[in-house]
Amino acid sequence: MKIMNETKALLEIKSLKKSYDKNIVLKDISLDIHKGEVVVVIGPSGCGKSTMLRCINGLEQIQGGEILLQGEVISNQSKNMHLVRQKIGMVFQSYDLFPHMTILENITLGPIKAQGRDKNEVIKEAEELLKRVNLLDKKDAYPRQLSGGQKQRVAIVRSLCMHPEVMLFDEVTAALDPEMVREVLDVMLELAREGSTMVIVTHEMQFARAVADRIVFIDKGEIVEENKPSEFFTKPKTERAKQFLNMFEFNAVKGI
Amino acid sequence: MQDLGINVLFQGRNFIRLLEGLWVTVRISLIAVIISILLGIVLGMIMTSKNPFVKVTTKIYLEFIRIMPQLVLLFLVYFGMTKVFRIDLSGELSAIIVFTLWGTAEMSDLVRGALVSIPKHQYESGKAIGLTITQIYLYIIIPQAVRRLVPLAINLVTRMIKTTSLIVLIGVVEVLKVGQQIIEASRLSVPSVPLWIYGVIFFLYFIVCYPITLLATKLEKRWNS
Repeated sequence: MKIMNETKALLEIKSLKKSYDKNIVLKDISLDIHKGEVVVVIGPSGCGKSTMLRCINGLEQIQGGEILLQGEVISNQSKNMHLVRQKIGMVFQSYDLFPHMTILENITLGPIKAQGRDKNEVIKEAEELLKRVNLLDKKDAYPRQLSGGQKQRVAIVRSLCMHPEVMLFDEVTAALDPEMVREVLDVMLELAREGSTMVIVTHEMQFARAVADRIVFIDKGEIVEENKPSEFFTKPKTERAKQFLNMFEFNAVKGI
Repeated sequence: MQDLGINVLFQGRNFIRLLEGLWVTVRISLIAVIISILLGIVLGMIMTSKNPFVKVTTKIYLEFIRIMPQLVLLFLVYFGMTKVFRIDLSGELSAIIVFTLWGTAEMSDLVRGALVSIPKHQYESGKAIGLTITQIYLYIIIPQAVRRLVPLAINLVTRMIKTTSLIVLIGVVEVLKVGQQIIEASRLSVPSVPLWIYGVIFFLYFIVCYPITLLATKLEKRWNS
């Protein structure tokens, strides 16, 4: 558990509202994320948690409120959004590597083209990162030659190589076979241990409990409960959180 | 031996004339293909627009050209223009106009298809690593679209080359017409001549189209390896 200091938050979400036409997805979300903090967002399907991440990264326009990164407003900016996104890494559920590029090219494209960094330096860093996720031998392979779990690890490395201030993970294990989930979560645990700032949307409750400094439970477009993981999973404060957590429990059918 | 049709091919300038005819075919196809590809790429990009007016207009153009047999289009431009607008187009120019109209329509639809087939998250992944829209197109979308497009575009090119044989009917003397003239001139003395001349024309078309198909296969192999 990291110490929540009083310094200014790295990422501030202030009464964020998001709707598609008349369908309101996020009603009034306010959330501060501090440097080095790992926030796990959970909630039922369709509650708006993925949408929240997409709003942070500017993939969606917002209809109210504002989002600040390092004290600067980043929401609904169209001009220099690509510069903002260089500071916010995002990893998607469907990994989305670029199929026409090798693994190494996938990772180095952003740093070289978007950030204009030195090619050799970037390649060296990419190789080191690949080594850390045990995929250095795949650097010249194409995405289609990799398993889902391997692709997702590459996607994380691709995002890391940009040196983002904060990383967003949008249900990164949801599309993976069960045996692949672990290898991806291990990479994320490792990042958390190193002090990366992360916002993670996930359905893996065990993992959420292990990795989070803070759990944010969202239901029907609003934050219902914010709590420490140890408390949230054992004695949630709200009825709705209790009901949600019960869905992950099974009672013995036959009873003993 | 006197009956062997192949001899006719080497009488006088016959073979040279066939090659000259082939050059007319290739020239018309080449001009039409180049203009079609360029205009088709531009139009295809326009067609991905969500503007309803643009959508309907391009759709009407595309369907009109597709439904109309190429021969009817040729007659429409070659005879129709002269009669109605008093514009006297040469057969060759009419052919280029018609094949460009047709090629552009087909090409634009292929380009549109290739562009929309790139999943939305490819754009989003590009955005997520901080690329600008131009960079996303340059490094991510266009390279993938081209890979999907090339086999289809090459198929279109060979179809266009083959279909130029229709322009005989608006009086353009291309390879097929020259062949017919040679046959007409010696049919009575050498009854087997049509087989030989049309056979040679078959090989001439083959020589033109096959390398193009070969190129397509080669590119596909390189991108899939």
